[in-house]
Amino acid sequence: MGRLRTIARRSFLIGSVAVAGGVAFGVWQLRRPLENPLRPDEGATLNPFVIVDGAGVTVIAPRAEMGQGIHTTLAALVAEELDVDMEGLRVLHGPPARAYYNSALLRGELRYHPEGLSGWRQVMADTLGAGGKLLRLQVTGGSTSTLDGFVRMRMAGATAREALKEAAARAHGVARDRLGTDGGHVVLPDGTRIPYGALAEAAAGVAPPEVALRPASDWRLLGQSQPRIDAVAKSTGTAEYAIDVRLPGMKFATVRMCPHPGGGMAGVDASAAEAMPGVAQIVDLDTGIAVVARTTWEAMQAAEAVEIEWTEGPGPATTEDAFAEIAAAFDARRNARPRNDGDVDAALRDTDGLSVEYRAPFLHHTTLEPMGAAALYDPDEPHLTLWSGNQAPVMHREKAAEAVGLSEDQVTLHTPMMGGGFGRRAEFDFTVLAARVARAVPGTPVQVTWSREEDMRHGFYRPGAIARMRGAVADGRVTAFEARVAAPSVTRQSSRRFAGFAPPGPDRGHLEGMADQPYAFAAARVEGYLAETVLPVGFWRAVGNSFNSFFHECFVDELAQAAGADPLAFRLDHLDDASCRDVLEAVAEMSDWTGRTPEGVGRGVAMTRSFGTPVAQVVEVADEDGAVRITRAWVACDIGRALDPRIVAQQMEGGLIQGLSAAAFEEITFEGGRTVQGNFPDYRPMRLPQAPRVAVRVLESGRHMGGAGEPATPPAMPALANAVFDLTGRRLRELPLSRHVAFAG
Amino acid sequence: MPITLRVNGDDVEIDLPGEVPLLWVLRDVLGLTGTKYGCGVAACGACTVHVGGEAVQSCQLPVAEVRDEVTTIEGLGTPDDPAPIQQAWIEHQVAQCGYCQSGQIMAAAALLARRPDPSDAEIDDALALNLCRCGTYGAIRAAVRTAARQMREA
Repeated sequence: MGRLRTIARRSFLIGSVAVAGGVAFGVWQLRRPLENPLRPDEGATLNPFVIVDGAGVTVIAPRAEMGQGIHTTLAALVAEELDVDMEGLRVLHGPPARAYYNSALLRGELRYHPEGLSGWRQVMADTLGAGGKLLRLQVTGGSTSTLDGFVRMRMAGATAREALKEAAARAHGVARDRLGTDGGHVVLPDGTRIPYGALAEAAAGVAPPEVALRPASDWRLLGQSQPRIDAVAKSTGTAEYAIDVRLPGMKFATVRMCPHPGGGMAGVDASAAEAMPGVAQIVDLDTGIAVVARTTWEAMQAAEAVEIEWTEGPGPATTEDAFAEIAAAFDARRNARPRNDGDVDAALRDTDGLSVEYRAPFLHHTTLEPMGAAALYDPDEPHLTLWSGNQAPVMHREKAAEAVGLSEDQVTLHTPMMGGGFGRRAEFDFTVLAARVARAVPGTPVQVTWSREEDMRHGFYRPGAIARMRGAVADGRVTAFEARVAAPSVTRQSSRRFAGFAPPGPDRGHLEGMADQPYAFAAARVEGYLAETVLPVGFWRAVGNSFNSFFHECFVDELAQAAGADPLAFRLDHLDDASCRDVLEAVAEMSDWTGRTPEGVGRGVAMTRSFGTPVAQVVEVADEDGAVRITRAWVACDIGRALDPRIVAQQMEGGLIQGLSAAAFEEITFEGGRTVQGNFPDYRPMRLPQAPRVAVRVLESGRHMGGAGEPATPPAMPALANAVFDLTGRRLRELPLSRHVAFAG
Repeated sequence: MPITLRVNGDDVEIDLPGEVPLLWVLRDVLGLTGTKYGCGVAACGACTVHVGGEAVQSCQLPVAEVRDEVTTIEGLGTPDDPAPIQQAWIEHQVAQCGYCQSGQIMAAAALLARRPDPSDAEIDDALALNLCRCGTYGAIRAAVRTAARQMREA
C-alpha cells in the first residue's frame, strides 16, 4: 500500500517522473491534441497512458475499477503491444483530464457497435458534451470501457514500444527496424537486452513514431484470461478504497442530510451532540449537517443526537403516490414512439388479444462501500484534494470546485478503487459534501463516511416503471405487439444535475431493452411516457434495460403461452438476429432445455440484447416446502470478442446474480415523503445460500464488440419470473417477486 | 483508563470510551483498514474479524468487551505471504469490487478452523451473513472448497 501511494504521488505530482528518469508515452496523433494531464510545466511527460521508469511500467487507466476487472484488461491491451509481462505491471487511475474522455460514448466510434449508441449513452454524449465540452466525458459506465480502450490503449503501448526502440537505435547506431522487444527489454541484433527503464529518459525526447497495431492472430495476452491485477490486494485487505484513505491528523466525519427529496432544514439544536465524546465540530450544510469527530462511530452517534426539524419536500408521500405520478404520465404527452411497424390496432381489433400491466419497483444500488470521500482543504494556496471513488472524475472535480469556490485547477481529485459502483458513483453528491465538510475544517484532512442509513435514504434510485402491454398471436406467430412504458426519466433528471438542462426530444434511454430488441413481430408499436418527479433517480446497472427487459421478456412468455408454444422455441422463431439466436440455442443446450420440467421444478428463459451484447439465460427454481429456491442458472452471451474470457464470465455471473437479487427481493418504498428502507435488514439483497449454481458460456462470433458489465442483469429478472410461473402457474407482473411468493432462505 | 488489546500479535492501548465498536478502533485508530464498514448493524459481514479464533462482526462489539486476541485480515496473511485461504481466493480470482472479501475470507477461515472438511450446506451456512453485491458467491464457494482440500493435504 505504501508503494502504491508513493507511485500515485509521484505520477500525479509529476516533476518527479521526469526527475526520476521516467517518461510517459502518448497517442496524441490519433486525434486532435489534448491537454496533457501530466503537465509539462510541472515537469511532466508526453502523455498519460504509459509511464516507464526505473521501477518498471505503470499503466494509467482512463477508466475506473469498481469490480468489473477493467484495469486488468486495459493493462493487457497496453502490455500486448509494449511487450511487457502482466506480472509486475502497475495500474493507476488517471486524474481528471480531457485526455481520458470516453471515446465509446461519442458518435465517432461506432464502427465496433452495430446498433450505434444506446439511448442513454446518446444522451450523456449530447448533454455532458454540450457546448464544446465533449471531452468532459471521462465516464466509466455504459459497458463501454473495453470498447473505448480497444484501440487507444494498444496504440499507447505500441507508440511507447517504438519510441523505446528508437532511443535504443540512436544509442547503438542500429536501425530501429532491426530491434526487437521482449519482456520489458529492447533486444539488439546481437541479443543484448536493454531494460526499458534504462531507455526511458532518452525515449522522452523521441517523437512517437507512426505504428500499426498487431493483428489479433499475433496476440499472446488478449483473448486469454489474465490474473486480475487487483486479486492479491483484494484478498489480503490491502486494496485501498476511498473509505480507507488515512492521513496524518485526520478527523472522521459523517453527514445527516434532509431525508425528504427537495426538502430542507427549519431548525437545528446541536447542543447535546456537541457535548458528546470525541466530537470536534458540527457543520451546517444548509439542508443537513455534518459532524467531525475523533472516530467515524462517534461522528455517527453525534449526528443522530443532533435535533433537526426537517421541512418536507414537494415529492410523493407514499409509494402509491409515486406510482400515481408514473401512471399519470400515460395521460400526458407521449415522449417517443421509436417503433411503429404494421397495423397494430387492426391486428388487436380482430382478436382476443392480451392486455396486461406490469410494474417494476424503485431500486437502490447498495454498493457495499457506502458513499463518502476523503478531503483536505488547504487554505493557504488555496487547494482542495479529494479521494473519491467515482465514475466521472472531470464532473466530480468541477462540481466540488464550484461548491467550495475554487477553480478546477485548484482541486486535485484522486479516484481510488470503488467498493461497488453500479452507476451510483456517477452522481457527484457525496464528493461535493466531502468537499464542503473539508472547507469547514481548513487544514484538517477529513474522512467523510455516510452511514448505511444515510446512503440508502439518499439514493439515486432505479426508477419505478409501469408498462401497459397488448399483444396477439395467430398460428404460432405474434400478430401484434404494443408496449407503452411510463417512468421518471433517468437521462433527463441526471442531465439536469450534470449539465444544468434536460435535452428535448425522444428519450431513447427510457425505452432501451424494449424498442431495440430484434424480434420480428408482424405489427409492433413501442411508446415512451416520461413521468415528472422530484424523487431522485439515476443510472442503475443496465439503466432502462433493467425494467424494460422484465416487461418485454415476460410478455413474450405470455404470448408464447397464448400461442401454445415452447417459450424458447417461440423466441427462436421470432428473433431476427443471428447472435441472439446463437445465445438462446447455447443456453438451451447447456441446460438440456426440453420445455418440460419434473414436478416441483420450474424453468424460465429470457434473452435481452443490451450494450451490444445479447445475453440469454435459463433460470431453474424448485419448490422447497412451499418456498421457492433458485437452484441453477445458465448464461450464454455473444460478446463478439472476449479480451479476457474469465473476466467476461465473472461479469455475466455477477450481472445475473444482481438481476436475480433485484427481481426476487429488492424494493425501495416511500412513506411520509421519505425512503422507508434504511439498512440491510429491510433492504434484502440475495445472500450466498440463496444464490444458484451458475454456468456461463461466452460466445465470440466476431460479428461485433459488445460490453460486459451490464448486459447480464436485465434478462435475469424475466427469466426468474418466467421460472416462477412455470413452477407455480402464477404470472407475476410485479417485482419484487417476494411480494407474492416466499423464497427459501 | 486505556483499554489493552492484542491485535494481530501486537499489544495496543486504546484511549477511547469502551462502547466504541471494535471495527472503528481497528479502522480509525489502528489504521487496519482491511476490515470494512458496510452496515453497522451486523447485517452484512464486511467487518468480520476473529476474536479468539471465532468469526465476529466487529461493528457490534464494544471494544471494552473484547476478551481475547483479535485477528484481522492483515493478521491472516500478507500479499507476500498469503494464508492458504487467501491463496485460494487469489487462485479462483474471487474478488470483483473486493469490498466484502475481507469479511468473506475471515468467515471462511473461521469455518475451516473448526470444520476442515465442510459440506456445501455448512459452507453456505457459515457465509450466510456475508453480503456480496457483485455476485461472487459461486467463486466464494469454489475457493472455500479448494482451500479446505489444500489445507487438509498440507
